Amino acid sequence: MDFGLSEEQDLLQRAAREFLAQECSPQFVRALLDDEHGFSPELHRKMAELGWTGLLVPEKFGGLGLGLLDMALLLEEMGRAVVPGPFLFSSALATFALLRGGSSTQKKAWLPRLASGEAIGTLAFLEASDRLDAAGMSLKARKKRDGYVLSGTKMFVPFAAVADVFVVAVRTGGKGEKGVSLALVDRDAPGLTIQPLDIFDRTRRVYEVQFKEVPISGFLGKEGKGWKLVAQLQDLACVALSADSLGGAQQALDMAVEYTKVREQFNRPIASFQALKHMAAEMVSEIEPARSLVWYAAYAFDTRASDASRAASMAKARLSEVYTRTTNKAVQMHGGIGFTWEHDMHFWFKRAKWNEFAFGAAAYHRERIARFDGY
Amino acid sequence: MDLAYSKEDEAFRKTVRTWLKANVPKKDKTLSDLPPNDPQRIQRAKDWQRRLYAAGYVALGWPKAYGGQGDTDIMRQTIVNEELVLARAPGLIGASGLTMLGPTLLQVGTEEQKQRYLPKVLSAEEIWCQGYSEPGSGSDLASLRTKAELAGDEFVVNGQKVWTSGAQFSDWMFCLVRTDPDAPKHRGISYILIDMRTPGITVRPLVQMTGDAGFNEVFFEDVRVPRENLVGELNQGWRVANATLFHERNMLGSTTRTQLMLQNLIRLARRHSRYGQPAAEDPSIRQQLADLTTRVEAMKYHSFRQLTDATKGRQPGIGAMVNKLVGTELNHDICALALEIMNSYAPLNRGASHVIDNGIWPYEFMFTLGLIIGGGTSQIQKNIISERGLGMPKSR
Repeated sequence: MDFGLSEEQDLLQRAAREFLAQECSPQFVRALLDDEHGFSPELHRKMAELGWTGLLVPEKFGGLGLGLLDMALLLEEMGRAVVPGPFLFSSALATFALLRGGSSTQKKAWLPRLASGEAIGTLAFLEASDRLDAAGMSLKARKKRDGYVLSGTKMFVPFAAVADVFVVAVRTGGKGEKGVSLALVDRDAPGLTIQPLDIFDRTRRVYEVQFKEVPISGFLGKEGKGWKLVAQLQDLACVALSADSLGGAQQALDMAVEYTKVREQFNRPIASFQALKHMAAEMVSEIEPARSLVWYAAYAFDTRASDASRAASMAKARLSEVYTRTTNKAVQMHGGIGFTWEHDMHFWFKRAKWNEFAFGAAAYHRERIARFDGY
Repeated sequence: MDLAYSKEDEAFRKTVRTWLKANVPKKDKTLSDLPPNDPQRIQRAKDWQRRLYAAGYVALGWPKAYGGQGDTDIMRQTIVNEELVLARAPGLIGASGLTMLGPTLLQVGTEEQKQRYLPKVLSAEEIWCQGYSEPGSGSDLASLRTKAELAGDEFVVNGQKVWTSGAQFSDWMFCLVRTDPDAPKHRGISYILIDMRTPGITVRPLVQMTGDAGFNEVFFEDVRVPRENLVGELNQGWRVANATLFHERNMLGSTTRTQLMLQNLIRLARRHSRYGQPAAEDPSIRQQLADLTTRVEAMKYHSFRQLTDATKGRQPGIGAMVNKLVGTELNHDICALALEIMNSYAPLNRGASHVIDNGIWPYEFMFTLGLIIGGGTSQIQKNIISERGLGMPKSR
């Protein structure tokens, strides 16, 4: 048994940390807060050059052919640097959807472009009902003479404004899981309207996407058989977001500890006060075991272990709370300055809240764990 | 990362499972009604460890020369631990010898000491207790005052220890004593081994909040200890003790026991009804059960990660510093939820009519609070994590 990272994985993570410290500093993130799309094509291109956008893509389509554990290590570093942009949604979610569900034509059309960073994908999943189950997928796909058209609205679609291709969960018939299909939609398709939603985490832009008789370019997998892949994408998203949260929590802790060592009150560094030391120690005691949970969830996904979904829920349940608690404490350890726009801490504080609710908050996943465990 | 079991591992698991099925002691109602330290229960516990050891399933990693299996494969160690949980096997009475003294002797003991003591630790022929805390030295352990003066080839020990678990049935004590009263407090301490039958030792039981006398005061009056019972160098005991404390903290935070408690808790929740429905159907209980399950799983993988680091010869990092803090609080939280589930039945004592699980939950609820305090309180653990782990300065 080996519950540890390989040398290559260590190296990947270290290289990612160094690259992002250089290329995605807090000043860089701050500048992107005011960007129209919250996205830097140049950073995306540089990440593509390192092979990151193609991390999950098999070599024959121009990628590195690695797994979710490798991706999780990368995402941990992206969470640490609170990288703005569509990477997680494009290079993990949309890419995996094509990889698992795409026909060979669809794969050939999209995977090389996603891997090279030339194209960006995203997942259009939630609707106004904010439901995560199959019953929440009500966007209608109607069969016409030359294919299907979509009518309805998807909500909270990440980085829709810069996406070239949408993976859309739609209803092709019936009720429940049976009538759910996964459709592929080109951004140029007629009838597509993309409206930004003004949200407090400017590093994670979301949009309302309206479909008016929008033709799809095809289904991923068979019509009416899309739910299984949607469920898998949810597991993947849980692990990916947990990895991002883990890195973010670690960074918030590191920043808070550094600050308390420098800041003096009562003629001594405030890091010498037990009230603050104990806060920091509590953060460590939550983050360290959580790291092992994220690693296991990624490993279980990669190896298709029988408890992969349960492990994904555990990671998401735990990290949803740990990240929020850690950033909350980190802001407090900074005192008044931590509450200002000028200080960077709110980047992580807000990202924690975004990650907490996306793809199910802690309570949702705990109920899911209870069911997996048969009570 | 590779958690797959090899064919050999699976075969090994089967052997262990078969053996445990045939050998784990059956529940004995007449015994479980007795207090935990009753001589009959102690004897039965020794018998259990001896049989488990004879089968080759105790401390697999210890070298063969000292009675161990010389098997450092962490997979097999993990399999044994997992199977012990699944078989609901009782804990080991020689745990303090196995997890605290043993690793210390293996690290710094002389060849004679290892030969003399380790085999009997394994077989439970000799049970060990820990002589650290004193009435005036709790969290500030290094201020301890029990003194040992060298007189020829012997130490003469005078003083008092307190909170000594199992002293009334232990054969030996590993003990911290002051051997140089003039040196700075950390540099005048030695680590010695004391035969509990030596004249001049008085053991007086202390009754805990559980009502049992689990720990004791131990008094030393001109107790003579051979010089060869010194472990490590004279006046270097603090360093030796720190190694032991690290092992103790890992034992107190052990995940095997926690997993078993969690299993029992879920069983209880399924079986016991309150407010008109089985507790396991109450949304708030379900939330808490799943939360505890998640935290227990996290600690399980966290321990796998540390085992892997250890076999690869990596230094334990900040992650290992949280084991005691997180593990003991998790155990207590599990018991607290059990009491919440049992509701009006929670306060019933062992032996009472209508008692659930023979009172083990309220007993453990109290006992595990003791573990949060013993071996360095949670607050001391937080000091250690923040100072040694994060480099935050000492408080003034």
